Amino acid sequence: MPRTLRLRQELVEQLVAHARADHPDEACGVIAGPDYATPSRFIPMVNAARSPTFYEFDSADLLRLYRDMDDRDEVPAVIYHSHTATEAYPSRTDIAYASEPDAHYVLVSTRETGNDDGPYEVRSFHIVDGVVTEDDVVVVP
Amino acid sequence: MAVEVRIPTILRPYTGGEKVVTAEGASLQELIANLDATYAGIGERLVDESGLRRFVNVYLNDEDVRFLDGLATEVTEGDSVTILPAVAGG
Repeated sequence: MPRTLRLRQELVEQLVAHARADHPDEACGVIAGPDYATPSRFIPMVNAARSPTFYEFDSADLLRLYRDMDDRDEVPAVIYHSHTATEAYPSRTDIAYASEPDAHYVLVSTRETGNDDGPYEVRSFHIVDGVVTEDDVVVVP
Repeated sequence: MAVEVRIPTILRPYTGGEKVVTAEGASLQELIANLDATYAGIGERLVDESGLRRFVNVYLNDEDVRFLDGLATEVTEGDSVTILPAVAGG
């Protein structure tokens, strides 16, 4: 049975806005929360790779992020990034480097709309030991 | 000398679920060897033939060891080592 990601509308909008702003480079970030089922704090990260085909959190930012989450008793409920020329589905490298088995890996594609407004698709996955399972996404007010 | 090592979620199966463990060594390389002696298999998740794995970040206190001396980085009593897998993809 697929897991369900419940994401507040406001967080979805922030995520999509970040992806559009950084297009054609990939955008990335985290939505932290008190547990994996409750993403609540939106944390956009810099894509240190500044690339249309790759993303990586800067290593110093990564340490600060994890310390900060530790101090707040938070977990990375959502780890998001955008695909700017392909669909919102994990790539081979996404699968190879995924290292948070409990996180929702959320993808958004900007290939149709680029920097502009328009319809969007947000999909979520669990990636564990190379196996991808899609989650249901429910957007709540 | 004992050093505190913070273990990321993905490697906690090796440490019986422990988030913070202690290890000994005068350099990061020795520290990782010591960790691997206690928690068999964790070493190869951190290093390969060419050194630290590309998508594993290791910090001595606040500094990424890549900006220090890598595996040769000296470690002293009271230091804290943090291991974090890179958050990366394509």
